[in-house]
Order: sequence, then C-alpha cells, then structure tokens
Amino acid sequence: MSIADITAQASVAAGARQDIAGPYGPKPRRVISRRNVFLYGTLFVMAVYYLLPLYVMIVTSLKGMPEIRLGNIFSPPLEITFEPWVKAWSTACTGLNCDGLSRGFWNSVRITVPSVLLSIAIASVNGYALANWRFKGADTFFIILIVGAFIPYQVMIYPIVIILREIGLYGSLSGLVIVHSIFGMPILTLLFRNYFASMPEELFRAARVDGAGFWGIFLRIMLPMSLPIFVVAIILQVTGIWNDFLFGVVYTRPDTYPMTVQLNNIVNSVQGVKEYNVNMAATILTGLVPLIVYFISGKLFVRGIAAGAVKG
Amino acid sequence: MRGRECTALTQPADEMSKSARPNLLFRNLNAKVASIPMILTAMVVFVGGTVWTVLYSFTNSKLLPRLNFVGLDQYYRLWAAPRWLISIENLLIYGAISLVFSLVIGFLLAALLDQKIRFEDTFRTIFLYPFALSFIVTGLVWQWLLNPDFGIQHVVRDLGWTSFSFDPLYNSSIVIYGISIAALWQGTGLIMCLMLAGLRGIDEDIWKAARVDGIPMWKTYLFIVIPMMRPVFITTLVIIASGIVKVYDLVVAQTSGGPGIASEVPAKYVYDYMFFAQNLGQGFAASTMMLLSVVIVIVPWAYLEFGRRK
Repeated sequence: MSIADITAQASVAAGARQDIAGPYGPKPRRVISRRNVFLYGTLFVMAVYYLLPLYVMIVTSLKGMPEIRLGNIFSPPLEITFEPWVKAWSTACTGLNCDGLSRGFWNSVRITVPSVLLSIAIASVNGYALANWRFKGADTFFIILIVGAFIPYQVMIYPIVIILREIGLYGSLSGLVIVHSIFGMPILTLLFRNYFASMPEELFRAARVDGAGFWGIFLRIMLPMSLPIFVVAIILQVTGIWNDFLFGVVYTRPDTYPMTVQLNNIVNSVQGVKEYNVNMAATILTGLVPLIVYFISGKLFVRGIAAGAVKG
Repeated sequence: MRGRECTALTQPADEMSKSARPNLLFRNLNAKVASIPMILTAMVVFVGGTVWTVLYSFTNSKLLPRLNFVGLDQYYRLWAAPRWLISIENLLIYGAISLVFSLVIGFLLAALLDQKIRFEDTFRTIFLYPFALSFIVTGLVWQWLLNPDFGIQHVVRDLGWTSFSFDPLYNSSIVIYGISIAALWQGTGLIMCLMLAGLRGIDEDIWKAARVDGIPMWKTYLFIVIPMMRPVFITTLVIIASGIVKVYDLVVAQTSGGPGIASEVPAKYVYDYMFFAQNLGQGFAASTMMLLSVVIVIVPWAYLEFGRRK
C-alpha cells in the first residue's frame, strides 16, 4: 500500500463511520460493563493527559506572578488577570526590542499569507501538468521532488542561503516565502497530482474537443471542481508555515523574525526575571492560530495531516 | 495555438511521425513552462543543493565555503567531537523511544477508538490537537510542566511525598527522556490517526470470523489484524523515522541543548556549526551524516515498497 492509499484511508476514517451493524442488529449491552469501564476509563485518563498541558498553559497565563510562586501549577487562578496577555502581546522584550509578540505575529502573517498562496498556486499547476499534460521526463522530476521531501532540511539550507544571497533576498520576507514554497512543493504537488488524476478523464477530453487549452481547462474546469483539495492544502500550509521555526531562524533577521522564533527568544532569554505567566500567555498566543484552524476545520485537518505526514 | 493543441490530441499518430517534427521541445509547451518551478526545485535545490553540501563537506571551509579539499578530515574531526557523539547517542535514545512508544500508544488509542464507542470524535479531537501546535510551543509548555521548582515535581512534593524527584530537564543523564515525553505528547495523535485509518481498512468479516471461531480479542489483534496492517505500519515507521532525524525545534525550545551539551541533537549541531561557530565544513559533514542516516532508512523501504511491485 502506498502513502497515497493510506492518505485516502485516513480521510475515510475521518469521515462518517460506516454502519456495520450486520444482519443481526447490535447486540444489546449493559451500559456499565467491565469492558466499558475499562474502555472509557482508559480513554478518559489519556484525554486528561493530553489536555493537561493546555489547561496548565491557560491557568498559568491568568495568574499573577506572586500566585505562581506560592501555589501549584494545576490550581485554578484565585484572581484572574489578563495583564500577562497584554504584556506578552505588546511589551515583552526580545533583546532590545520591547514591543511584544505583536511584531512577530504580523511578521508571521506577512510570511504565511503569501507563502500559502504562492506554494499552492505553484503546486496545483504542477499537479495539473503531471496529471493531465505529462511531458517526457516529467515523472523523473516528480520522483526527484518526492525523494527530496525526505532529505533533511539541514542538507539544503546552506546552498539556499547562497542562492538567496545571490538574488538579493537573503534575510527578507520574500526570501522566506520562496523557501516555504520550495519545501511545500513535494507534498502539495503529490496531493494535487493524485486529486487531478482521480478526476474523470472524459471531462478533460471533452474540454479539449471544445478547444480549451492548458490554462483554460485549469481555470475553468479543474479549479472550480477541486475546492475541497484546495481547502486541505490551505490548512496544511497555514499550520505548517505558521509553526515553522528552522527556516524562520535561518532566513530572516531579528526585525523580521516570525512568531515562533520571537516566542522562543522571549521565553528562553536569559536576562531579567522570568515571568512565567507572560511566557505562557505568549505561548498560547503563538499556538492560537493553528489551534483555531484545527478546531474549525475538523475532519479536513485530518485529511491534510494524513497527506502532510509524508513530509515527516 | 489551436493547431498545436489539436496535434497534441492525436498524439499516437504524432509519435510515428516524430522525425518529421523537429520541434519536440515546444510540444506541450504550456505544461513545460508551468513546470519550471518544479524542475528548478527538483534539480537546483534538491539535487544541486545536496550534491553541493556533500561536495563541500570534503573541504576545510570556515566562514565562507571554499573548495579547498581536505579529504575525510571533517569526518574524522566530527566523529572525534564529544558533542557530536552525544548528539548521536541522544538521537538513538530519542529515536528508540519515539518509535516504540508512538507505535504502541498510537495503536492502542486507535484500537480503543475503534470499539464503536460514543464521543469518538471528541476523543479523537483531544488526542490530535497537540499535533496542530508547533514544536516550539510544545517544548515551552513541557519546559514549564517539568520545571522542578513549580511543575510536576513541586506539586507532588507539596502533596507530602517530599523526596519525590522528577526533573528531567535539569538532569543531564535523563534530559533526553524529558524531551521524548514532549515529543510523544505532540506526535502520537498523528500515529493514532494513521492506525485508525488502517484499522478501518480491515474487513469487518475478519472480525466476525474470528468471533465465530471464539478467538479472544487480543489474539485477533495480535495475530490477524496487526499482520494485515503491515503496510500501514511500514508507512508509519517511515514517517516516524524521518521525523526523528529532523528533531531540532523541540530541543531548542525545551533545553537549548542543555544542561551543558547533554541534550544536543545532530540537527542542532549542523545549525550551530554553520551559523554560529562559523565552521561550515563541520556543518556540511554533519549534515551529510544526517543525509546518510535517512538514506539507510529510506532505501530499504523504497526497495520493499516499489521494488516488489515490478
């Protein structure tokens, strides 16, 4: 079974569960059986383990520092204060800059939006060309691209530094946008190629007979029909690019650092008194965008990560 | 424009009269133009970049890359560096833990969710949400939870067990386990999802047959279902393995490689030597070793996956 099959299956699992009651109908079961207690008990304990860090983050960010020093990290705040949030957003210091995470947030927005658009535009056209307009050698490039997805980024970061320096984009946001488009390409191209290849061939042929060309078919037929896969790609890229740290730290300068890099600098800075509540507020703020994407997109997110999992 | 596309429509006939059409390069031109970014990425960045790095790993480049070949010098120095050896050791421990525990926990969670339970969606959402968070966020949360003065150790001591000690991030002999805990929290949701997909792919009749034969559930899982899920396991294994080699952000956020150099990993070694120590040759040699480790994992898999099909 290939990765693509697993991807497809994951999306099935994510979708509605098939009814498999069989011809006998469900066996009547007592609600509180030993099996159920064990089953739900285990699941509940695991759920608590998974939720605990999120809970501690929120609780800590709402406490004042004196309360943190006295109490325990699991206890709910006695006095709720939003001051840490305000401070994390607007006045927390990284080095000499003291304008908080807001700078990193807007940098991340300015990185993520064009990167998502550019990478998806490139990859969807690539996938379309590979699925419907295959030219000699196209598959070779595609295989190289997919194999390239497994090469550790560390192997390629320095050559890219040189390339970006040559074209004068090293350290700028546009340079980082190009880097994200490059490294998003393998998985997105695979995603789009498989999707376009699964579309009925007759559709494409009919459009050709009617005289539509490469771009005409893409813009007027393929694009309107492939909205779901675009949504999956957007989810994948928004979370992936927002969460990136390595490329941000390599290809940008302190005043253009994305949010993750700035967050790390705020929390792990050695000077000054550690303000754990501000740190946790900053951490939640950084995690908020992908979390919102996750909770809104639900099953589509599962499809996206199952596809993105290839990236490792 | 029209004319060229019509000839493309009748491609089989075209192939026969290939010699009559010298302009093969311009056939299907739009697709070729549209694929330029892909071709450039594949050839310049992936192939070119990799060859470049491997080539320069045999030089003594310091601040700037220079083609001054010194043979395997960088590699000898690399394997003599205590920091690199610690990095490798950490990677092996971290890798073994990630591999075993994420497979076991991921499979168990998937099997539990597959019991036709109620609130399945809720549980799945809870198990998977950490995967949406970045390694930086994950690392910082766990840094706080494992903080000996305020975190879990402090809480347990307050409950009366005063000799309780759990400070993995400040104890160099177990620091890599502290990082693994965070990594497992972040990553097992994904493995669970893949396993669940695999379990849903198993024919329900298999379960019925096993039940009719009176085979206990754990035996059905162990001897029937898991062997049937071999392809899923292999793919999951590849995903976990290629994630292990890349571990970087988590360590940076959680410990910055400390205490001392106790939690260094290869990816961090590469970054530090390239951008801080200004010893590019060492960085290139280390990244080539990372590439080699991926090749060792990927090639047998690709052979199994694609070799057999032919």
